[in-house]
Amino acid sequence: MSNPILKVENLHVNFHTYAGTVQAIRDVSFDLNKGETLAIVGESGSGKSVTTKTLMGLNAKNALIPDNSRLIFKDRNLLDLKEEEWQSVRGNEIAMIFQDPMTSLDPTMRIGMQIAEPLMKHRKMKKVAALARALELMKGVGIPNAEEHINDYPHQWSGGMRQRAVIAIALAVDPEILIADEPTTALDVTIQAQILKLMKELQKDTGSSIIFITHDLGVVAGMANRVAVMYAGKIVEYGTVDEIFFNPQHPYTWGLLNSMPTTDTKVGSLVAIPGTPPDLLEPPTGDAFASRNEYALAIDLKEEPPFFRVSDTHYAATWLLDERAPKVTPPEQIQKRWERWREIQGQEAQS
Amino acid sequence: MTEETPKKLVELKDLQLYFNKGKANEVRAIDHVTFDIYEGEIFGLVGESGSGKTTIGRTILKLHEPTAGKILFNGEDVTHLKGKALLEFRKNAQMIFQDPQASLNGRMKVRDIIAEGIDINKLAKDRTDRDKKVQQLLKLVGLNEDHATRYPHEFSGGQRQRIGIARALAVDPQFIIADEPISALDVSIQAQVVNLMKELQKRHSLTYLFIAHDLSMVKYISDRIGVMHWGKLLEIGTADAVYNHPLHPYTKSLLSAIPVPDPEIESLRQHVEYDTTVETDGKERHMIEANPGHFVLATDEEVALYKLQQNK
Repeated sequence: MSNPILKVENLHVNFHTYAGTVQAIRDVSFDLNKGETLAIVGESGSGKSVTTKTLMGLNAKNALIPDNSRLIFKDRNLLDLKEEEWQSVRGNEIAMIFQDPMTSLDPTMRIGMQIAEPLMKHRKMKKVAALARALELMKGVGIPNAEEHINDYPHQWSGGMRQRAVIAIALAVDPEILIADEPTTALDVTIQAQILKLMKELQKDTGSSIIFITHDLGVVAGMANRVAVMYAGKIVEYGTVDEIFFNPQHPYTWGLLNSMPTTDTKVGSLVAIPGTPPDLLEPPTGDAFASRNEYALAIDLKEEPPFFRVSDTHYAATWLLDERAPKVTPPEQIQKRWERWREIQGQEAQS
Repeated sequence: MTEETPKKLVELKDLQLYFNKGKANEVRAIDHVTFDIYEGEIFGLVGESGSGKTTIGRTILKLHEPTAGKILFNGEDVTHLKGKALLEFRKNAQMIFQDPQASLNGRMKVRDIIAEGIDINKLAKDRTDRDKKVQQLLKLVGLNEDHATRYPHEFSGGQRQRIGIARALAVDPQFIIADEPISALDVSIQAQVVNLMKELQKRHSLTYLFIAHDLSMVKYISDRIGVMHWGKLLEIGTADAVYNHPLHPYTKSLLSAIPVPDPEIESLRQHVEYDTTVETDGKERHMIEANPGHFVLATDEEVALYKLQQNK
């Protein structure tokens, strides 16, 4: 059934700084299945970008990863790779689409060449053949009149077109895993819609697995098969996209869903999560979200909650799921989502 | 309850701003834009990058000189203000900027950043009065008194945006232009800042021009919404009318592009592509009131068609 192509086990990433050791990733484990899109959701500082940088071997030099952390990809631990070995993985088996198409392209290099470069490096193609393939890729990502524009420089293109070029570069060598780090955050919403549609179509054609990093839950709802919610360097809840959106269990997930206005959000009913995320120089003991959580229990301040099973695919790290915990009533918006969940469950039971 | 006609605080009359006018690379950043902002309302202005929404905000505050047209504030023409009169106008009309990193001077303490407007307009009697005012403002925006002696880099993005809001409120303005005030913030912090702005608006009876590209947030905060594209105002109406009963095809396209945090809705949502010929075919179009208070830039035939589509 599930067929993990990548297994992340007990990942810790610490950064040594003058101020002390920042514990950016605190014990993160997840699987990525073949052909699926896994969304990692969280705010800045939650560790979602550090997680992906680690997967690409792109962490800064002061990053320290303990020995028991493992990234298993094709029967080897990526964390044991030397830099030369990384170069055959990065941009080849695992490719990345960066957030800002303004800065992730080389301004002094023609776009066609930038798309051809990974083909020449990883596939040992000759320049002419690589450029011919680059032209096909440009057409594939929907760049109009590709022949005329293959020799353009990035500054001649709009943001949306540049992001298409970045996607073409990432897809040039048919990566097994595609990491997209906020690929549409810098784009206008109409352009975002086009890029997301393109990514979905390309995934259908290539069957690659996508790790989609974002803070936009709307984008997640449309793109993901499974969702992992991160907070303060940890995954606090994960499940299928329906489980996270209709049956969320962690108060942080509730807060995230509540702080986005939906079409029927009434004036004055937008509930903000109070406070700010904790400082990962000194992560709080217990549940890191406790100080911002109106549903926090006494034990949240003392002991970190383990993952509680909601279903075979759905787990949440909150003491509220412990059988000894008092029953709480979630915010109104979340109750509505739960109602919808019961309806969906009912429909499934019938059919 | 009797319907009073609300007082117009800001009026833009056929405003135009052309860069490189008359040259080959002429850009019509603001192209014959006319609208009013009523006292006490939140007017949302949406559009993509390059639509001219930010330029309009900056032109109202006289950071750009308009090519033609008029800006009225409280019924007075402020289009060509200079010197003392301009200073007085800017005391009444303030701005909150998009990027809280770039809009606060990193070499100034928070106290001096907030008090700059107080100093320029000589609103404080003496040093203790100035400090007291700063402390009140900090409290008002949800920060505390000892933040006054710190520097901007010591704050998170959300806190910095609060400092920007405190600075705008320091001179007790009537009108605030908020240019994408939440775009650079995290989702959970966005809601905090929007709620704070809404609360302050009620308490100080402020009028906002809220400029953003995020239609769902604009819908949530605004009383009325204007939709811009390529320097033109295409549609204007109450938030409910524009959002739930859009007329102009561009508005429909924009609305259809917004992702909704609901997988069921998302699986059905289809993005409608916008056909730009309704702007580029050279026909003469005017702002026409299709429904009471709901205007659209169109020809007479188009309005009839839009209304038909709306009622479907």
